[in-house]
Amino acid sequence: MRIALKTIYTIWLREVKTFAREKFRVIAMIAQPLLYLLVLGNGINSGVTLNASGGINYLTFMYPGIIGMSILFTSIFSAVSIIWDREFGFLKEVLVAPVPRWAVSIGKTFGGASIAIVQATIMILMAPIIGISLSPAMIVEMWVLAFLIGVALTSLGIAIAARMASMQGFQMIMNFLVMPLYFLSGAMFPLSSAPAWMKALMVVDPLTYCVDGLRNIILSNTTVTTGALVGRTIVDVASRVGLIRWSLPFDLLVVTMVATALTAIGAYRFSNQKE
Amino acid sequence: MNVIHVENLVKKFGQLTAVDNIHLDVDSGQIFGFLGPNGAGKSTTIKILATLLRPTSGTASVAGYEVTTKPNEVRRSIGLVFQDQSLDDRLTAQENLWFHAMLYDLPSALFAERADSVLKLVDLTDRRNSLVRTFSGGMKRRLEIARGLIHHPKVLFLDEPTLGLDPQTRNAIWTHVNALRAEKGTTVFMTTHYMEEAEHCDKIAIIDHGKIQAVDSPVMLKRMVGGDKIIVSGDERLLEDLKRTYNVDAQKVGREVHFQMDHGAEFVPKLVSDFAGRIKSIQVKEPSLEDVFLRLTGHTIRTDEGKAVDQLRQAAQLWRRR
Repeated sequence: MRIALKTIYTIWLREVKTFAREKFRVIAMIAQPLLYLLVLGNGINSGVTLNASGGINYLTFMYPGIIGMSILFTSIFSAVSIIWDREFGFLKEVLVAPVPRWAVSIGKTFGGASIAIVQATIMILMAPIIGISLSPAMIVEMWVLAFLIGVALTSLGIAIAARMASMQGFQMIMNFLVMPLYFLSGAMFPLSSAPAWMKALMVVDPLTYCVDGLRNIILSNTTVTTGALVGRTIVDVASRVGLIRWSLPFDLLVVTMVATALTAIGAYRFSNQKE
Repeated sequence: MNVIHVENLVKKFGQLTAVDNIHLDVDSGQIFGFLGPNGAGKSTTIKILATLLRPTSGTASVAGYEVTTKPNEVRRSIGLVFQDQSLDDRLTAQENLWFHAMLYDLPSALFAERADSVLKLVDLTDRRNSLVRTFSGGMKRRLEIARGLIHHPKVLFLDEPTLGLDPQTRNAIWTHVNALRAEKGTTVFMTTHYMEEAEHCDKIAIIDHGKIQAVDSPVMLKRMVGGDKIIVSGDERLLEDLKRTYNVDAQKVGREVHFQMDHGAEFVPKLVSDFAGRIKSIQVKEPSLEDVFLRLTGHTIRTDEGKAVDQLRQAAQLWRRR
């Protein structure tokens, strides 16, 4: 057990250290969401009005979605570094070491989740730019959710990358996993107005619960100031019109369960890889 | 004591039999060479011994532990230097060592001391805090050897340790390997397809198409081929007279006469006195491992193939540096 904990710590530290040294990755983590929010968000915001009252504009609606998206990208990127390590040999060093492989996988998962928290923090710092104010409690809740979804998505990436031999696989992951997960998460449009077949897919996308949870947190501290629903919280309004689908405890519960299951699957698949 | 023991080992990949029923015994403290062309099954055997691959059938034990049933014990007893580099080049030399020491559960007090000594051994002390990314190929290989040693393995596996390295670095690595064996009594199991390199080993196993053709010391192997080659040049009638005097199968090659003779060096004084004044020059050539390989397998070791692989590997390294 001591060896396993030591392994988790060692692998985690390597993930975090090498991440901090890759300046391009850090820059991408800041620039990409900024691009989405400022260009895409503002663009759509100026031409589209959501089917909702209570003064929720599109940017406010999209902000949690962009947080989810950026965590998705960072987590998957952390996980696919396994393919990178395999291609360039470092993985062998880890695989021949006298340590349990599941511990290596969990160390990597925590590494990915830690980077997800960094990503969430970057996003939190961007909130004032689009006019959203966050209380300390909300920030803590967002970190918790970011950590959990970071665990879930990094593990998902590990489960896939553990059996992938080359970098060609990376494009496959991007096209057939990351983009669908993102589009179906409700990051860009509300779940309630999607067609039935899409709704069915969105319900099984773990990122949906992350985005829904973040929306619960972010819309919780303002009350409606105009119209028929004056005095109600925006969460209340958003729930009524379908911008939010579930309650925050339910979202957290689903994300926790998904994170636990995927961690186990990722560790199992990593342990049983060939060579 | 046999530190490596292999019996009836077979590894198949689909239709291909990479390792075909081999037997091996390596004594403790030996430098054991595995000599053969690319694709002969050398790396596959190392991977099985290092618990990275499961054998199709047969048994193998390292440091007294069965590779299939006690992989963790085997892993703790061995150090590995791979054919391809396996360092994290975004970390410094020191950090790579630290990472390894953590995984091999080396107490941190011991780590500081051993890191100093292995870095000194491979002459990288002054670069310990540089990122591995900035290292040359030879420095990386030396660092890998240092890393493979830091947990004091009983057996050090070196898979083509000097592939693609310049002669100077190659010599330096051999100096280290010899020093290591002398200081720590480490057993070294290495693969190579360089003949000159195999000469350094105490024992060599010649492997071709997954089968071991012979196992012996370089000297004994060369003795299998027959005597030394004597090359003399002198007057016109030398060929006939040599044939008659020594009853040898001499041949004229250009202006020289070639024939084989056991203990060639000791034969020279006799030759000189028998043919006083008639000989212009004498050369004695010991048979090389190349000759041994040719005799055993019927073909030369396919070195050009190796060069193509080297080039690919170098291209991959360049690509990696981006």
